[in-house]
This record gives sequence, structure tokens and C-alpha cells, in this order.
Amino acid sequence: MKAKVYVTLKSGVLDPQGQAVGRTLGKLGYEGVKGVRIGKYVEIELEGHDPKHAEEEVTKMCNELIANTVMENFRVEID
Amino acid sequence: MARHFGVIRFPGSNCDDDALHIVNTVLADRGATGEILWHKEHSVGQVDGLIVPGGFSYGDYLRAGAIAAHAPIMESVKAFAKAGGPIIGICNGFQILCEAGLLEGALTRNESLRFICKDIYCRIEGRPTPFSKDIPAGRHIRMPIAHAEGCYRHPDVERLEGESQIIFRYCDADGNVTSDANPNGSINNIAGICNASGNVVGLMPHPERACEDVLGKGGSAGLGLFESALDSLANSGAAR
Repeated sequence: MKAKVYVTLKSGVLDPQGQAVGRTLGKLGYEGVKGVRIGKYVEIELEGHDPKHAEEEVTKMCNELIANTVMENFRVEID
Repeated sequence: MARHFGVIRFPGSNCDDDALHIVNTVLADRGATGEILWHKEHSVGQVDGLIVPGGFSYGDYLRAGAIAAHAPIMESVKAFAKAGGPIIGICNGFQILCEAGLLEGALTRNESLRFICKDIYCRIEGRPTPFSKDIPAGRHIRMPIAHAEGCYRHPDVERLEGESQIIFRYCDADGNVTSDANPNGSINNIAGICNASGNVVGLMPHPERACEDVLGKGGSAGLGLFESALDSLANSGAAR
């Protein structure tokens, strides 16, 4: 099984990287860009075949290490 | 003699020897001693105070301090903190203590996205901590900063303010806390904080680089933090 984890900055947390990318997209002529937020994508290869158990385990991993819940949200998908 | 400091060394620490130099050499005449503690140790041993130094522990992979926060020695560091032992985290050490849950909040990318290496001023305030109680509240001192991820964030900063847990605040050369004096976008100009008990302190500026006049314009203002720790250890007897 594979877990896909999406880590994103909470709304309200300043994202200077996203702002810099947004500004550069504007300079490249993309006028419709209203905002850019940059996060992380993590793939975790897992043993076992129980998606529910895997989701619980990966959620624990996110809370303990992969995300900093002071400033980040995360979403887990199991494939 | 309760003046023995442990300096924790992680792979990628690079201010560990500077910190050790302060206790072993600069403050030797005051009876201070120190030793390096390797991150794979499971005990901090018989130390009276702990210094978590700056650097790029574990290459700052994932997030600054995130991997180091789970190093084998950290369980013992947490026990030392819980027992009231004085701990100071400097720069990457501050990030590690936040990631380990010993200090609240988080340190994120500087607002400018740049690595900033320069001298700043910060004002000492808040409640008395082992590392600040000898410095008169309101005094401002010059220290260097050198970081890319020093922008302090906290979901409820008003509570920290209310509990007087803000210990260091970026200010200008005259001691005024202004947005221009904020180098990295930290909320409320916060440069350093303490935990709820006051014994764990973290800050982004480097006091250990401002302990000897030979090191530049900042002079030896940073020494006050370590002298304060020595005095509080002397007054309290052994920390544990």
C-alpha cells in the first residue's frame, strides 16, 4: 500500500514562498493568479492490506513528525 | 559545585564548540565547566544546565529541528526540563525545543525568504528566567542572528504575552520595538520565549557569539545570559 500525505500551511500563516512564486507568475504574464500557497507532498510505502489501519497509522505519523500542527494541516490518502 | 553544563551535539550542529567555549573558557574563572553530549546518548548525565546549540541538525530535513526533536537524548532532555533544570536553545536549538514541544509555537521561513546574518538588538523583558533574571528588564543588547527560519509563529500569542513568556524582542539601537527592527517577520517582534515554568528558554539570536569584546561591536552583552544562569544555579543549589 502507499500513503499519500499532503501537508499545507494553515490559512492565516504567511507563506512567503507562495507569495514569491505568485509575484513571479504575474511577471510572466499570468494575470489570473489570485494567490499561491506552497506545501509538501510525502509518499509512504506501507506493509499490510488494511487501508483503515494504514490511515490511522499515517495520521499518527503526521501528528508526531511529518506535519507541525502549529502551522500546518495535513490530509492522508491511502492507495 | 552546580555549574556543569551539557552542550548537545547533533549531526549538523555547528555552534556546539562555541557554546562549550563560553562555559569551559570564558566563564572558567567563575567555576563553570561543560561537556559535549552526543545526540545518541540516552541520558544527559549529571549536568546542572543544558545548552541546545545552533546549526543545521540533521540538515534541517523536513523542517528545522524536526528530526533532532526525536533524537535518543531528547527523552532525557524532557525529563530534565520537567524537573526544573535550566535549558537554553539557541537558533537551531530554539527550533528543536519548539519541535520537541518543550517550547510553544513554531519557527518558519523568514518573511524575506533570505538567510539573514547580521547584528540585531533585542530587548530583555518578561518573567525572570535562569538566563535573563540578572539582566534588568527593559535593557536592550546587541547580538548576531544567522538564520533562514526564524519567523516566530504562535496560534495564541496574546496568551504568551499575558503570561510574560516573551523574553527577547527585536528592537532598534535605541530599544524601541518597531516593525523596521523586526528582521524576519516574527509575530510581535518575538526573538525568544520561555516555557510556562520559565526554566526552558529559546531564542534566535546568538548570545554565545557575543561574549567576548574581540568578536566585534556587539561586545560581550551575550555573556549576561550565561552569567545569569550561573548565578541562578548558585542561588538555587543544584538544579535537581
